[in-house]
Amino acid sequence: MSTLSLTSAFSLLLKRDLVLAYRRRAELVNPMLFFVLVTAMFPLGIGNDAKLIEAVGPGVIWVAALLAALLSLDSMFRSDYDDGSLEQFMLSAHPVSILVLAKILAHWLVTGLPLFIVAPLLAVLLNIPASAIPTLMLTLILGTPVLSLIGSVGVALTVGLRRGGVILSILVLPLYVPVLIFATDAVKTAIVGIPTTAQLSILSAMLVGSLVLAPMATAASLRISLS
Amino acid sequence: MTAAATNTAATYEAESLACIRDDRVLFEDLSFGIKPGQALVLEGRNGSGKTSLLRILCGIRLPESGKLLWEGEDIFRLGPEFHEHIAYLGHKDGSKLDLTPLENLRIAQGLGKASEGIDLDEALDQVGLYGFEDVPTRNLSAGQQRRLAIARLLVTDAKLWILDEPFTSLDRKGIEHMERLFEGHLNRGGMAAMTTHHRIGFKDEVQLVRINLSER
Amino acid sequence: MIIRFFHQMGSPRYFYSVAGKMIPWFMTSFLITLLVGLYYGLFVAPADYQQGESYRIMYIHVPAAWMSMFIYVVMAVSGLISLVWRIKMTEVVVISSATVGASFTFLALATGSLWGKPMWGTWWVWDARLTAELLLLFLYLGIIALHSAIEDKRVAARAVSILALVGVVNIPIIHYSVEWWNTLHQPASITKFDKPSMDMSMLVPLLVMAISFKLYYGAVVLMRARAEIVERERNTRWVQEMVEREVK
Repeated sequence: MSTLSLTSAFSLLLKRDLVLAYRRRAELVNPMLFFVLVTAMFPLGIGNDAKLIEAVGPGVIWVAALLAALLSLDSMFRSDYDDGSLEQFMLSAHPVSILVLAKILAHWLVTGLPLFIVAPLLAVLLNIPASAIPTLMLTLILGTPVLSLIGSVGVALTVGLRRGGVILSILVLPLYVPVLIFATDAVKTAIVGIPTTAQLSILSAMLVGSLVLAPMATAASLRISLS
Repeated sequence: MTAAATNTAATYEAESLACIRDDRVLFEDLSFGIKPGQALVLEGRNGSGKTSLLRILCGIRLPESGKLLWEGEDIFRLGPEFHEHIAYLGHKDGSKLDLTPLENLRIAQGLGKASEGIDLDEALDQVGLYGFEDVPTRNLSAGQQRRLAIARLLVTDAKLWILDEPFTSLDRKGIEHMERLFEGHLNRGGMAAMTTHHRIGFKDEVQLVRINLSER
Repeated sequence: MIIRFFHQMGSPRYFYSVAGKMIPWFMTSFLITLLVGLYYGLFVAPADYQQGESYRIMYIHVPAAWMSMFIYVVMAVSGLISLVWRIKMTEVVVISSATVGASFTFLALATGSLWGKPMWGTWWVWDARLTAELLLLFLYLGIIALHSAIEDKRVAARAVSILALVGVVNIPIIHYSVEWWNTLHQPASITKFDKPSMDMSMLVPLLVMAISFKLYYGAVVLMRARAEIVERERNTRWVQEMVEREVK
């Protein structure tokens, strides 16, 4: 098997998923809209107290990002499972983990990246100082791919189940805790003006680790779900 | 494949397979081999395990016990190297309805080995979908969608075709047409494992190996 | 050698009879160590100079917390074995461990909360250990939920094995992140083991309790495994012969 045909299979699948997302582009804004709405609910629930809103801001944005990621996860393999495409992937002459990685990347580009784009707007809504916004953006660009990668294992394990959605959240949310902790901590540290290299390098390490391990675990899980 | 090869060991061998579903033994101690030019036809009542057996032959489902050997090597050890030799047509077509037939075939070809398999347009032509290459698959009829799924078999150079009820939603003419396609594959030294409710009208030179799962 | 041992133990019939002989031994030694441990812990060991008598709940809390981690690791290792070698009996160990592990985790949380009341004045404090334990409970519950959602129990066992492996890779990261989070938000609350060395008279009962809990776990896994074997193999001849003998 030449590496050339492997990379072309990777890009073919990536392109396929992006084209599919584009043909249903009306659905593209939904995770972003959900992210904004959940964040907007918090000040309404907490009360109009600028100090308090500022204090909970980073946590609120990240919890909302977690929920938005969780909500969009189900679509990662669902339609491919329903129409039989997933079986064909399993029977591909290429390693399934590479194909899975292409699908996760496409999914993140469609559902994770939009969160990154609207984040500055939400930061303004929650009184997060402008000096901390770059750090917030950095945590999102490092953290949301980890959410997609870890989540892919959970989706792969639940894709064949009729009521997979609730179980998926039980499986995945505890595993999201480290990302939540280090990301919000980075933003809080940035607000008081202390360097955040430690938190950001831990987030990068988590990204690298999950990039290596998650596709394999997802491929193995898909094989089990389809058997 | 030379004539000598057909007389020696089978290319794909199953040794004492067993399958259990929901505590029920569907079959056990099932052994057979498929040689180039042969088609394995599975028969049996509904629920006798035909689909399960085909999925086991693909390597999607694990047998409860037993071995599967492709050219003498365990298929689970071969992994993707085994998959480049097979093409599977299941109950579900495996096509994306939002993509055009041409786009669907391009992906099918990309998933297989970099192949000298036939040209995509020609594959569409062979299954009678010429002129539909740019229509969204969603707008095709059920029979046309099945034809597209069959076209997928043609675009890689898989030797073994595993076909689960390939004639579903096809009309009589369509069925005859597809039978000629399958025959062509077998005459070129290809192999097939299939289930069908339809009486197969292959010509005599095709060797059929029948296994009835209900009468064992 | 080791693989052969596993394969022999992997034969359900052999495992069933060996497990049947082992359970009484596990149970009696569990009861003995439990009584000894509780007696020394509750009556013989001296009272703590800071916390008085209330620290004695430690003799349940700490071994339960140890068990919660220990069982998770055992579960993940058996998961790995059943994925790689497809051995039926380790699949059984995985799922029977999950419920016992969840119970010990819950016990650790409940006793921790009871202990927290005299120490901190509230039932719950977001202390690093308790929080990590709570997350561990969620991981266990996820495994149980996934197992009960998948109908084919062999598929379920393999799915759960993967999940246990993913969990075991994540647990150190979760622990580390919770420690990090805790030191930032609540500097230096009273930790339960701030004394570098514990007096022998306190440590020995603690270790006896830890052994006792492990014996209990062993007994429960064996019992559940036997039940699971009969359930799974109910169509085989040896189970049917055994049932006929029982009926007579």
